[in-house]
Order: sequence, then C-alpha cells, then structure tokens
Amino acid sequence: MASVFAYAPALESRSIVDIAPSYGLFIDGEFVEAADGKVFKTVSPSTEEVLSEVAQAGEADVDRAVQAARKAFEKWSALPGSERAKYLFRIARIIQERSRELAVLETLDNGKPIKETRDADLPLVAAHFFYYAGWADKLDHAGFGANPRPLGVAGQVIPWNFPLLMLAWKIAPALATGNTVVLKPAETTPLSALFFADICRQAGLPKGVVNILPGYGGAGAALVAHPDVNKVAFTGSTAVGKEIARTVAGTRKKVTLELGGKGANIVFDDAPIDQAVEGIVNGIFFNQGQVCCAGSRLLVQESIQEDLLESLKRRLSTLRLGDPLDKNTDIGAINSEEQLTRITSLVEQGEAEGAERWSPACELPESGYWFAPTLFTNVTQAHTIARDEIFGPVLSVLTFRTPDEAVAKANNTPYGLSAGIWTEKGSRILAVANRLRAGVVWSNTFNKFDPTSPFGGYKESGFGREGGRHGLEAYLDV
Amino acid sequence: MSDSRLSVLKTYKLYVGGKFPRSESGRVYEVTTKTSAADAAGKGKWLANAPLSSRKDARDAVVAARKAFGGWSGATAYNRGQVLYRVAEMLEGRRDQFTREVADAEGLSKSKAAAVVDATIDRWVWYAGWTDKIAQVVGGGNPVAGPFFNLSSPEPTGVVAVLAPQESSFLGLVSVVAPVIATGNTAVVVASEKSPLPALSLAEVLATSDVPGGVVNVLSGRTAEIAAPLAAHQDVNAIDLAGADETLAKELEIAAADNLKRVLRPQPVDYAETPGIDRMTAFLETKTVWHPTGSLGASGSSY
Repeated sequence: MASVFAYAPALESRSIVDIAPSYGLFIDGEFVEAADGKVFKTVSPSTEEVLSEVAQAGEADVDRAVQAARKAFEKWSALPGSERAKYLFRIARIIQERSRELAVLETLDNGKPIKETRDADLPLVAAHFFYYAGWADKLDHAGFGANPRPLGVAGQVIPWNFPLLMLAWKIAPALATGNTVVLKPAETTPLSALFFADICRQAGLPKGVVNILPGYGGAGAALVAHPDVNKVAFTGSTAVGKEIARTVAGTRKKVTLELGGKGANIVFDDAPIDQAVEGIVNGIFFNQGQVCCAGSRLLVQESIQEDLLESLKRRLSTLRLGDPLDKNTDIGAINSEEQLTRITSLVEQGEAEGAERWSPACELPESGYWFAPTLFTNVTQAHTIARDEIFGPVLSVLTFRTPDEAVAKANNTPYGLSAGIWTEKGSRILAVANRLRAGVVWSNTFNKFDPTSPFGGYKESGFGREGGRHGLEAYLDV
Repeated sequence: MSDSRLSVLKTYKLYVGGKFPRSESGRVYEVTTKTSAADAAGKGKWLANAPLSSRKDARDAVVAARKAFGGWSGATAYNRGQVLYRVAEMLEGRRDQFTREVADAEGLSKSKAAAVVDATIDRWVWYAGWTDKIAQVVGGGNPVAGPFFNLSSPEPTGVVAVLAPQESSFLGLVSVVAPVIATGNTAVVVASEKSPLPALSLAEVLATSDVPGGVVNVLSGRTAEIAAPLAAHQDVNAIDLAGADETLAKELEIAAADNLKRVLRPQPVDYAETPGIDRMTAFLETKTVWHPTGSLGASGSSY
C-alpha cells in the first residue's frame, strides 16, 4: 500500500445490529423450523466468523410457504390498490429508518464494503419500495389496459451479490401488483432477507403475503417447479436460468430471468480519460466485480491504450482493500470460498492462455476470502477470460481501431446485459448505443441504477425487465 | 369455349431469402380442400403439391433472415410502415385469388372467405400503422433520481421463428407474421401444415411489395419436423408457438431454453378480434441508455 494514501481506520460499529444465534424460515407471518429440522451456518466472508445458524428450507417447507402465499393471495389481491400502496410506503419508510442497521448487517453477511451498502444498496432498496408503492393504485394507467390482474403466487430466487437490493427488485413490484411471494435468498447471504421479514411484521403486512425461505439450490428448484406457483422470477447464472426455462416449459407460469453478462466498456480516443478511468473502476471493481452487469471487458481505442492503462494502473494503486466495515474500504471480501475458487481458477486459466496479469501492490488479510483487483492485458477475444463471466474483480483489456470494430467486439458474446461508451462526441454515443445488443447502455458513466429505469438483458442474459413501468408487466396477467 | 381450355396449374414453392426455391429435399406433399365434418371420411379435392421442407430448408431460412435483419431493423420506422402498407395494396389486388384459396383451405363459402380476406388485409393495414408508434407507446424517458438522463426504447429481438396457426390459414397467418416484422424483426414462418397455400401465395405478394428478401421466409411441410431445428437453432432469437399442439409446444419450449429464446406460448386466440400489442411486445427488447446531464449539483448552477 502506498503510505501516502494510508488513512487511519474508520470502523463502523457493528453494535447497531443484533444478530440472533439462530433463525427460522419465515412462513405465514411466523418464524418456523424447517420440516426436517435442517440448518446451515452463514459466515462473514471477511473473517470466516459464523454469524448465525439458519433453518434450511426443503421441499415440504416450499410447499407450506406456497400454500400460505396462496391463502394470503385472495385477500391481498382484493385489497384496494391504495391500501397495498400504504403497506409498501410503510416498508420503504422502515427500511430508511433501519438503513444503518441493515447496511452493517449486509456488509457482515456479504463482505461488500460499508461504503457501498450504506450509499448504494440501502438507498436503492428504499427507493424501489417507494417507487412501486406509488404504482399500486395506478395500475390502470400503466399501459396494460384497464384493471390488469395479478398472477397469483410469485416464486422468487435471488443471488448473493446484492441480497437486499435483489429482494427489493423482486418483492416491491410483486406486492404492488397484488401478488403474494415466496422468496428464496442465497445460502451465503440469508440474513438481510430474514431482517426484512421483521420489517414486514413491523409494517403490519398481512400474514402469508411475504414468505422467506433460506436454503440451497434444491429449495429454489422445488419452488420453481411447484405446481401452485404462477410466476417465477430469478436472478443468477445463465446455466441455472436455462434449467428454469426447461422446468417451466409447457406450463402457464410466467417467467423473468436476469442472468449473466460480460459487459463491454468501450473507450474512444476522445474520451475524457480521468472520468473514463473512474467509470472503468466503478464498472468492474464495484462490489468486487460480483455484478452481472459489470464492465468486465474493457475495449480501448488503440491510440490511447498506453495513456489509459497508465492512468488506470495508477488509480488501481490507490484502491484500499480490507475490512468491509471500514468506511475507507473500496474493495471488500469475495462472498464465499466457492466464488473465490472460481475466480482464482479463471484467472489462472487467463495466465495459462497467455494473457498478461497485473495487480497493484496489495496486501490481503490473513483470514476471509480475498482477491486483489486484477487486470489482464494482451487479451484476445478467444481467451476464456474474455468470454466467460468471472464475477470477480478481474478486468480484461482488449483494443480496437474503429467504431465498427468496437461494436463487433462488444457484441461478440452470447450475453447482452450491459455496455459502456466513453466519448465526447454525442453522435458517436447515439450511433454506437443504437448498435449495441445490450439491455442497458451507460454512456460516460457506468453501473448506475434507478427504480424508474428498466433493467434486463438481451440474448442469454435472460428475458423480461425489472424496474420502471416495464417491471410491472412481469407480475401482471397481460 | 373455356370448357376446352386446360388451366395452368401453379407449382407452389418455398420463399427463402427473396427467392422461390423448391425444397432442398425434393419432397412434396398433397394439399387438398378442407372437407366438412359430414363427409370427413372422404378426402378433399386435390389442390396442389406443396413443398415438404427439410431441416436444411429451415437452416437456410434462418441464414436468410439473419442476413436481412440488419437492414430491416435499421430501416426507419416510417419506411417500414410504407413497405407494410404496400403489402396491403398488393393483397387488395389479389383479393379474388386469396378468397378462392381461403375458401378451399378452410372449407368456407365464397362470401365467408371474402370476409376473412378483407379482415386479413385490414389486419395488415393495422400493423402497417404501428411501426412508427410502438416505440412511443412502450418506450419512454425515465425520471432518474440523480444527474442523469435516460431513455428506454424498444428494439427488435432478431430472428423470430413463427409457427403459423393450423386452422386460420390466412387471417391467423397474417396476425402472427405482421406484428413480428412491423417491429423490425425478421421471420421464418412455418405455414399451416394442412393448408399452406395461402401462406405460399402471400410470399408472392411480399416478393412484389418492396419487402426486402429474407425479411419473411415461408416454409411449408410438417410443422413438427421443421419446428424442431428452428427451436434448437442458436441463431434464432425467439419463437412463436401458435401453430404447435400442447405436446409439441412443450418439446419446443424445452429446446428453446438452450439459448434462452423468447417463447410465445400457444394460447386460444380469436383472430377475428382486434389484436392488442402483445404479439409485438413479445418480440421486443427494451434498451435503456444513460447519460450524465451535466447538472453541477452543490454549486446550484448549471450549463
């Protein structure tokens, strides 16, 4: 670490969050044990400390939760939209009130820096509930015809990279449109969803409207396959997304899938270099790169490659990796040992295939799961690291000469989730954005999210959109 | 006088990439008139030998559709509307021919068939008017909480395989094909298995209507045989299963999961009713483009 930039530690207190030694499943408004009594431990990725023991949902629990949701659906969907709206506004407000507690909790359970949970995740979580609360009594005006109806019970499976934000993306529109939900959080990050159950209780949400089932992939698969689930929403890997698409084939279940990505961040020779460097860093090192829309492929115009790489490397040398609860920390822990292994093996493959690896001087803590910010040069499109989603703080740098080449390379992937464009020329932004096959295009910025803005992918990045008016369609019978 | 004249029969052909090839397989099958339930035992009257398309024909059609996609999706919406309207003009000119074909295909009286053809032409006109409006209806500007400006706009998803409805050989066909191309997609259409002739004749109309070759490709034959390679094809982006029965639809949906095709499942549709926009939105992606607004924030000033 360059000592010039050393800061005194500024630790966020963890005393604000009270984590119980054990948690149950949240079914029909109650915390209950799993039918077969199974539990699993959730650990803090930065220290490997066991945070809590959590009930592990099995098939019987999925069935119980779906039944509870089905029973609750009748009354919940019959409520006037204005009443549903008030519940959602209450939830949004309680999230704001408890945001510091939830930010600390999320950082402990996920490993991401407090700076991100506090300044990005939690404000967005509250914003999503506020946004969709306002839709609940205005559905007639959403453009899907008069009196659009809810689908019924929504089975939702979410990943570990943004545990609470993905919950908000799924639950807020589902409830606003009158559906009831059974949500399965990821096995490595179950805690914030269980705290959310408590928020539902504080908000007085009717029993059974929201059910939370911590568990593994098997519980998710059972939920997706359950015959009494009307809607499946999934965020996660493309491989699992394909499996889900096969499972629901031939049924009437409506499905939305938010899957992987291999986003291209394209920097043209007239781009403002300093801003672009910030955008590149934000694009791939935000949340340790564990972001489906991460800008993991940097496409630089050849003439500025040297200057840009020099600035980028200088900037990377100032990133601080360490205790996620330290407010100065830029890069936290990788979410799990399994994920660390995956990143490590892909990076080794990158080296073996001849790409050039570089990381700033960076000391990794003794315990926990850590990976230094890494960039690869001399990368070609044939390299595994340019094709496979790494889902970690690893950037592959490729070059191009003409806008046509940039577009061709950016689109040369089965994914189509996100892309970035850096140039001062407006017409170039519009022309390139037009030709990119990606659901979100950030020009002269990157990794920006907002509840009013549809998000979702082309091609194998999945189907459907979350956010905005478009996000309502996934939960309505239209 | 006319009694002694032998009429000229038509060799119906496929329509792929703007050309009219025979099936690569060299196979044909007999197409007959639809017989009423009362004399269902008897076979209908022979009408023509239609091409029995092979998997290779399906793949060729996908290649043609992919090749046409850039130009068609890149054309202005106004231009696409003009081209589609031109199709309606051509259809109107062939009204009698289609009335005859629909009457034979669906076992309708001449007047009923004429009504179906009129409805079909009107349906085409309806979609022609949508090309430059759909973006305004389903896109929009989003009020982002921050110094950014972003716009969501619909874009065609790509190459769409369309299994035309089995019963409604012309109105149903147009009702599933027009929305796909109105929005800028290109299509590989599998005609009704029993009644493919209106679809093959529609191809002749498209060929003379400024619709670029490859934008619509029409195959006739066994739906299950042609649909399987289309559902599994890695370069097909979406599939409309309107013409598949329940068992086939499930198989195809499973195959379609391989590259996460957009799937429109078969559902009961009354094609006589005015359609909503669902068949268009089913094959549209939404792209959201962000840009900083240049607000200077804390200082309170701005550009």
